[in-house]
Amino acid sequence: MLQISPAKKVYDVCIIGSGAGGGTAAKVLTEGGLSVVMLEAGPRLDPDKDFKEHMWPYQLPHRGVGVGGKQRGIGDEFMAPNGFWEIEGEPYTTAPGSSFRWFRSRIEGGRTNHWGRIALRFGPADLRAHSTDGFGDDWPISYEELAPYYDKVESYIGVFGSKENVPNSPDGVFMPPPKPRCTETIVKKACDKLKITCIPSRLAILTKPLNDRDACHYCAQCGRGCRSASNFSSSQVMIPPAMATGRLTMIANAMAREIVVGANGKAEAVSYIDKSTGSEQRVYAKAVVVAASACESARLLLNSKSATFSNGLANSSGVVGRYLTDSVGSDLAGYFPQLENMPPHNHDGVGGMHMYMPWWRFGNKNEFLRGYHIEFGGGRDMPGVGGFEYVCEETEGYGVSLKQKCRSSYGTFIGFSGRGEMIPNEKSFCELDPEVKDKWGIPVLRFHWQWGENENKMAADMQQTFRSIIEAAGGTVIAGTRRHPQKSSAGESNALQHQPAGRISTGGEIIHELGTVRMGNDPKTSALNKNCQAHDVKNVFVADAAPFVSNPDKNPTLTIMALSWKTSDYLLDQAKKGEL
Amino acid sequence: MGADFVSRRTVLKSLSIGAVAGSVLRVIPLEAAEFAHHIIESEKTEAKSGAYTPKFFDAHQYKTLQSLCETILPADADSGGAIEAGAPEFIDLLTSENTKYQGILGDGLKWLDSSCTTRYGKAYLESTPQQQKEILDLIAYRKSAEQDVSLSQAVEFFSFLRNFTADGFFTSKIGIKYLGYKGNTYLVEFPGCPPVPGV
Repeated sequence: MLQISPAKKVYDVCIIGSGAGGGTAAKVLTEGGLSVVMLEAGPRLDPDKDFKEHMWPYQLPHRGVGVGGKQRGIGDEFMAPNGFWEIEGEPYTTAPGSSFRWFRSRIEGGRTNHWGRIALRFGPADLRAHSTDGFGDDWPISYEELAPYYDKVESYIGVFGSKENVPNSPDGVFMPPPKPRCTETIVKKACDKLKITCIPSRLAILTKPLNDRDACHYCAQCGRGCRSASNFSSSQVMIPPAMATGRLTMIANAMAREIVVGANGKAEAVSYIDKSTGSEQRVYAKAVVVAASACESARLLLNSKSATFSNGLANSSGVVGRYLTDSVGSDLAGYFPQLENMPPHNHDGVGGMHMYMPWWRFGNKNEFLRGYHIEFGGGRDMPGVGGFEYVCEETEGYGVSLKQKCRSSYGTFIGFSGRGEMIPNEKSFCELDPEVKDKWGIPVLRFHWQWGENENKMAADMQQTFRSIIEAAGGTVIAGTRRHPQKSSAGESNALQHQPAGRISTGGEIIHELGTVRMGNDPKTSALNKNCQAHDVKNVFVADAAPFVSNPDKNPTLTIMALSWKTSDYLLDQAKKGEL
Repeated sequence: MGADFVSRRTVLKSLSIGAVAGSVLRVIPLEAAEFAHHIIESEKTEAKSGAYTPKFFDAHQYKTLQSLCETILPADADSGGAIEAGAPEFIDLLTSENTKYQGILGDGLKWLDSSCTTRYGKAYLESTPQQQKEILDLIAYRKSAEQDVSLSQAVEFFSFLRNFTADGFFTSKIGIKYLGYKGNTYLVEFPGCPPVPGV
């Protein structure tokens, strides 16, 4: 009898990655009628099983810090499954003289399961960096082109905030913000004195019900994951509607190895490792959306070498991996004696800051280019391991007096974190390591990193600003502590617990790495066109933060979603016209 | 999770049916929250007090550890102390899994007993309360190490144990209550900062 192999299933689109970018693309494309297969390098997420919301530290034998006390900060036992700084069998390397840390998620929803939910729009000037100050490059799209997509994203995911008309920090579609905590009231007053703009923060957390999602119940535990999806995560807000169309097929534990190019020079399949068996598989699709996170997307393109594209896919320009940036980060904490008088009260609020300081010196002549915003947190948060180290070391001794000192100083610390814009430089990039491979034999990334003079000046300015705010509020700077004295409730800020005060962050540490597959109008200096479509291969798109041309101080996630939505609309249109 | 499992959404919905429209603040009973979250009971509450078998320290070391923890954060009129809070169990568990901790605490306890034996002719636990106070006062402050470098390691040991005890105490049920932390609950609206002069 004649052997007939089963008909090869060809999906309309293969999306690689299920985070902010991939999730948004999945929703828009499936709702637009396309059949989509999604490759996720980690497992599916089960909120009922995976989220440790509302658990007390004493309900875990290790009180949240894991075996041997080694899981601290962003990787503690309470956090939603999110990712790791180091993954066994999946190394990355750094070039001699470079320090870089790479946080990678291997889970449905990616980093959106734990992120700080900070949802800031880029401003008009942010997309015209070169035209504004002569450095870096302009984006091939304007704020006006992106704004309708910010509207769509905010309306759909839910973001609280307030209309403020701060220059170059555009207002959005906002739900009402929560009331300030005591710590925020104190800092706001100091900022008013110093003429530093301090306004309600803008976080992707619901203060009103939306689309069958409950409003926030103010437990401050967003980083642990939220079972009622009152905060935004791709896994709970983007993937479910895509699934509901019946047109999304999710393949979990699928590590993409290579985008396969057909004889016609177009992408025709993605080969991946099925991690449960270690075998190599292939899915076929008419278009590919790469949304694996900026560096992972660059790695995949660089590893997709073929006779036609010997330099890697979408890389005839040689820019893939280049223009790597992260946010400039610096921290400082203060002790505020007036907080000792606070009666015990519920200080939790949302999982993150209720107030923040947008860049307030826009358009001024400053000692450095671009700007930064300030995040802050502290106060009477849920007590956690490590939270009393500073007091114990300052107080010394033992006994009832130590115990009382711990109580009277509990909740009296506020930590400040600056987040600033890095200008891309030639010394910061990633490339394939010529020798090292991961456990499946896939070449890994090697990072090169160097902060520029502008970034160091900015970090120094942050320190000076933090000091003046702390002092204006009647507080005392806590210098030289080994660790952040209080765990901030913001998921992202937890990463900073081990960052000594007063220095610039390590590259990658703020987890805003991006720019590695940048867009532009000139195919010689960019990999993607203004629709995030590869110049070289018209059925390949990138939908994470890799296409970003600059890295403004406004955290990237909201823009990843707005850009992915825009890209997906374009893809949908092209597919309907049969142009792919 | 089985048939008993009720999602928090279900709990919130059922409770909100009974909520009076316009009520400013409603706190959902913690029992409901715990039910909804099918929270695991800690090993501590299941085990009878004192039934804990140390995983790393021997019986003598563990007794010494308990005594030191309780001295660092003792029971007082406002709350129980480090032992009631389960700090020694917590310290023993993590130490059994961490060689660095084993070095610091193991060496520290050895130093303590041998120093007491040299000074007082007895191990720490058998020394008089006055003698115990004397030796602890020597290692509970960094300035001792500044004056006598040979005490550096002992001072570091005590500092480490003090931090560790604070971790164990202030993350316990009684420690959290002692501090007056009021959160980890469900609010319909966040009330903001209570009115306090100067804030």
